[in-house]
Amino acid sequence: MSQFLQVLLSGLATGSIYALVAVGFTLVWQAAQTVNFAQGEFVMVPAFFVLVGTHVVGLPLWLALALALVVSVVLIGALFKKLVVEPILPSGGISLIIATMALGILLKESAKEFYGAEAQPFPAMFPTDPINIFGAVVSMQDILNLIISLGVVVLLTLFLNRTRTGRSMQAAAQNPAVAEILGVNVKRMVMYTFLINAALAALASFLITPVYLAKFSNGETLGLIAFIAAIVGGFNQIRGALVGGLLIGVLDNITATYITAEYRAALPLVLLIIVILVRPQGIMGTSEGRTV
Amino acid sequence: MRRWIRPALIGLAIILAILAPVGQGNYITYVLTSWLIFSIAAMGLNLTLGYAGQISLAQASFMAIGGYTTALLTLAGWHWMLALPVALSFCFVVGLMLGYPALRVKGHFLAFVTLAFNTLVFLILRNEEWLTGGNYGLVGMPRPDFGLFSTMKQHHFYYFTLTITIVAAVIMWWIVRSPWGRAFKALRENPIRAESLGVDTRRLTLLAFAIGSTYGGLAGALVTPLVQFIEPASFGVAHSLRILLMVVVGGAGFFFGPFLGAGVVIILPEFLRFTEGYYLIIYAALVIVMLVFTPKGLIGLGALLRDRFWGKRVARGDLKQGAQLK
Amino acid sequence: MYRRTILAVTTAIFAAMGAAQAQQAVKIGMVAELSGAGAPAGTNWRDGIKIAVEEINADGGILGKQVDVHEYDTQTDPQVSRAMVQKAIDEGAYAILGTIYSGSTLVNMLVAQQNEIPQFVGSEAPTIVQKGNPFVFRTSSGAQKGVPALVPYFIDTLKAKKVGIAWVNNEFGKGGRDVFAAEMEKAGVEVVADVPSEQGATDYAADVSKLKESGADAVFVYMNQEESARFLIEAKKQGLSIPLVGEVTLTEAKVIELAGNAAEGAIAHVGVTATATDIPGIAEFNEKFVAKFNRNPTHDAIKGYVGTWATKYVTEMVGEFSGAKFAEKMKNLCLNVAEHPRMLLDTCWDEAGEMSRPSFMVQVKDGKPVVIGTAAAN
Repeated sequence: MSQFLQVLLSGLATGSIYALVAVGFTLVWQAAQTVNFAQGEFVMVPAFFVLVGTHVVGLPLWLALALALVVSVVLIGALFKKLVVEPILPSGGISLIIATMALGILLKESAKEFYGAEAQPFPAMFPTDPINIFGAVVSMQDILNLIISLGVVVLLTLFLNRTRTGRSMQAAAQNPAVAEILGVNVKRMVMYTFLINAALAALASFLITPVYLAKFSNGETLGLIAFIAAIVGGFNQIRGALVGGLLIGVLDNITATYITAEYRAALPLVLLIIVILVRPQGIMGTSEGRTV
Repeated sequence: MRRWIRPALIGLAIILAILAPVGQGNYITYVLTSWLIFSIAAMGLNLTLGYAGQISLAQASFMAIGGYTTALLTLAGWHWMLALPVALSFCFVVGLMLGYPALRVKGHFLAFVTLAFNTLVFLILRNEEWLTGGNYGLVGMPRPDFGLFSTMKQHHFYYFTLTITIVAAVIMWWIVRSPWGRAFKALRENPIRAESLGVDTRRLTLLAFAIGSTYGGLAGALVTPLVQFIEPASFGVAHSLRILLMVVVGGAGFFFGPFLGAGVVIILPEFLRFTEGYYLIIYAALVIVMLVFTPKGLIGLGALLRDRFWGKRVARGDLKQGAQLK
Repeated sequence: MYRRTILAVTTAIFAAMGAAQAQQAVKIGMVAELSGAGAPAGTNWRDGIKIAVEEINADGGILGKQVDVHEYDTQTDPQVSRAMVQKAIDEGAYAILGTIYSGSTLVNMLVAQQNEIPQFVGSEAPTIVQKGNPFVFRTSSGAQKGVPALVPYFIDTLKAKKVGIAWVNNEFGKGGRDVFAAEMEKAGVEVVADVPSEQGATDYAADVSKLKESGADAVFVYMNQEESARFLIEAKKQGLSIPLVGEVTLTEAKVIELAGNAAEGAIAHVGVTATATDIPGIAEFNEKFVAKFNRNPTHDAIKGYVGTWATKYVTEMVGEFSGAKFAEKMKNLCLNVAEHPRMLLDTCWDEAGEMSRPSFMVQVKDGKPVVIGTAAAN
């Protein structure tokens, strides 16, 4: 029992970070039909900005984190949209898939070439002392990761549903033509989506890297997981991506513990195929909204 | 374009392909051989994607299926020419099965299903060690020997591959020119209209997948004797994306696009190698720039330039007509 | 006219320089994993070689010729690695240094063999020296030699009756795991938990929890650097209190840096380690490496270094640049440190290219790897 609780809690803590990445992925996909194959690298890069801040420039951690957040929003938010998505989107989804894939290689190789090929330790923001819950051991870091991720997703949902800007963003994503007629500045709303995605990726980066360590190739695993989580949960709902992230985090651990370790990576993929074929709107998604 | 230009260009290309490795070292010949092999894989994907409009991110997994089948059979003592039909039939059947999701979902979702399939194939190849050698892969597959013509030498293997590539290209040419091929295009342009015109879209979608996959399998069957070693990691999702890149860079839906695309994707890094650590960075940046400026691929760029040239002549024709109307 | 003269003169000078260069230099092809998953190993291998080449060239080169190292990146892809070895040989390499990933080495060593080019590799998979290839030589002991050296430690020192194995599911991890499992069976020790994990895995909770519940007396950990560190962090968190014993990687400086105090107490059997600084050659190499690259060398760096120096020593013993004679000379050759100081430790190769030299048991104490025992060459 304590083993089950252990893998459940650990899975939730990791899954909540996947969820952050998946939410951003979903937002960008909806707003600009961009399936971002560089999403994993978007989570890898901000950690390196922090390391440059603390190790190369010599800033205190909090300042390095704040600066890394700003740089990420500009670079993998605004510039990504302006330089990659905007010019290529008109030529279609496949070109954009390839462009984001190339961007992924670009970011990965740059991190390796300019910072180093070996993994780097990353400062923990929260205490890592173990806490015993009915025989399962988690750390304060795990609990805070979970709380922060859930909190951010809840805030984001409130923002999108309760504020004028948020509702305009949703309108711009669902029907850009009508939104434009209704006086929504669609271009700006789409830009906001990219900025939010970059901020979410940066936050995920700061939360996961103390455990996962900073390495140029981190994006390969994280990108795939985020993308599975987004689709399994439901691509047109933020809460879908949240559920997807948590589900993948927990299922991965449970499969590895009780069923098979060799095929632990297969379960999410099989789940993905089943969901797409049986319930393409995802577990939590509604059948309305944009279909691709 | 005048009627003789195209055959002349094709003839010239074949002569160039025959002369290309003459006097070159083994390395250049090896690179040229992989260019041909990837052209075959990209040709298959071009049928699925460029002609039939179905995104597949699983082409590398078909190379794996074709490659492993050939490897296991040739290691068991079969001749390569006997192992090939088995490998191709197997790929055809699996391609048909993978085509079924394409009947239900389109666009991005199909890309996700095929991507998941590719990773699943990788996991099976890695974990089922009793059959596939697992992480260690399979090593020591013989190169085909045709009595008087053995392909052990790098140059010989190149000509062997070139022959197979030409045969594969001729078959593909026949497919896209046949009524089938035109139906494929109709399917891409407007599936609903195609259906109303009596095209069986279900059967065509499945066939597009199955034939495209078979070409992937053929490429895999050639990789096996070329490298004489196969392991699961050589057929991951990244390789599927690379083949997709070849199709798009060359020009999806153009017959010669895959050859050009595979050439650029394989040979460009060779030119950039002098930059050492930076070559992948520059390469990735160039790909993005290329997608921004030539969305229809390099052949599309050629067509665009030609249209401009022809456009002038058409404009003059209009002028003449206008004059007549007066 | 003036311009043309200048051009002609410069061209002539450059051509002459090139020719002179070509006459004096001997080319060595460094084929390694400079990008992709193997990049950490490959870059260390390369940098170890760089230091060796600087020393050799300062020392007069090999047989009086300066050494010219060309780099070839395999992208951690066996097919590319084969092409790169071919390219290096086409471009006139006298010897090949690399690759490190066994999957790559198994493919590209066929090319070097066909061309009779000596090749020093950093791979540890047992099969490499079992193919009857006379041109391939290891720079560290294969897993089939390194891992069994651990067995007495599990049985005599830890008195383990049940063991667990945590390994990374790639060709490297599987190689070590298979050898260890076979050795345990031979020794009559039960393997109660056999836990593979993916390369680049994010969450080790399930792995550690399985080992914890299994009742094992000790765990054999066989993973790459950052995977080892992530595993140690999770093991510390869940309070896995049994000995964690690895081969080479587990106690490396990089792993200790990454895992922090979670690495405390971890034990490993190490073929050659930069931390064995009581050996003068290793201490000196360590210093040079840190001064030049501003980071600590890993065992891959030392392997590259030793491989380069072995190329020089053996070529000069042969007296000419001949791949076939080099391979002949390497059979059952021992290079002792007294006469060949840059080998760092007494090193021998058998007729198959397998290598043996003294090795160490190392444990992490107060954030530093400490040598706790030596094992003789086997």
